[in-house]
Amino acid sequence: MLDLFIDLSLFTMLVATGFAIVKMRRLFGVTMMTGVFSLLSAMLLVTLDAVDVAFTEAAVGAGISTVLMLSTLTLTSRIEKSPVHTPWIPLLVVAVTGAVIIYGTLDMPNFGDANAPAQVGVAAQYMERGPEDMDLPNTVTYILASYRGYDTMGETSVVFTAGVGVLMLISGLRRRRRRKPSRDEGEVS
Amino acid sequence: MPEIEYILGHLNYWLFTVLMMTGLYIVVAKGNLIKKIVGLNLFQSAVFMFYISLGKITGGTAPIFPLDMRIDPATVYTNPLPHVLILTGIVVGIATTSLGLALIVRIREEYNTIEEDEILGIEKELVAQENRTLGDAMGGRA
Repeated sequence: MLDLFIDLSLFTMLVATGFAIVKMRRLFGVTMMTGVFSLLSAMLLVTLDAVDVAFTEAAVGAGISTVLMLSTLTLTSRIEKSPVHTPWIPLLVVAVTGAVIIYGTLDMPNFGDANAPAQVGVAAQYMERGPEDMDLPNTVTYILASYRGYDTMGETSVVFTAGVGVLMLISGLRRRRRRKPSRDEGEVS
Repeated sequence: MPEIEYILGHLNYWLFTVLMMTGLYIVVAKGNLIKKIVGLNLFQSAVFMFYISLGKITGGTAPIFPLDMRIDPATVYTNPLPHVLILTGIVVGIATTSLGLALIVRIREEYNTIEEDEILGIEKELVAQENRTLGDAMGGRA
């Protein structure tokens, strides 16, 4: 019963934060609300026993992504202009998509079912053989680094590619800014 | 009562769907590019939590063994595989977010706005201007 209460109150706060993000027009406030959303979702992840993921979500979601958002805000604008379209078509799209997703969940096993297909597959083998193969107490660590090492290598290359992309997009920002006025003058004369 | 059990067992999934749809609504309905990225992040977080909740076992605990590695066979551990996949997912998510934000900075530099409809208006104007120039170069209306 207590589980359900904690679950529901966390969900209420998450949904309220989500609606606040929809309504808010000051982007600074939106950024702060994104941080709040990340912290709340980290709390929910702890109740789902995913402590490592909660840790990462709190560090990455509330930390790094807030910093990135704030630095983008300083380079762009801080206010969202009022919308020009009516919200009816997006609401229709969202309602239809939501209905389809909920229809998809109807024949799923119950939450927390120990005999669900997700529980009896390869994960059980990892749990069984891990202590002999690796002798590490944290299962998430040894699966991430060893059994699923190629995933992690791919992830690293994705992060590297994104980093190179960001550097190529942003580099020379100050140089272009300095050059821009002179180029405009050239066009005028 | 099997009905109540079914509803309680699926309530989490439906609530995650509500969160996902909030994110999707922001992506579709809002014109501001930064707001769109925030919406994508919201959607993504909801999918992550949904995925983690598939691995949860009732009465289970976090999948960390005792330090002396004497594992009690009676202890139920939650499935760690979704946690591993979502850890990868979170990091890839922040990489795509940062790339999107860098693109927004560049767009703002070129168009001096980050509102979608204003950018589309400027693009239309540019294309019309180019067509006029090309038409004049070929002598008469294109």
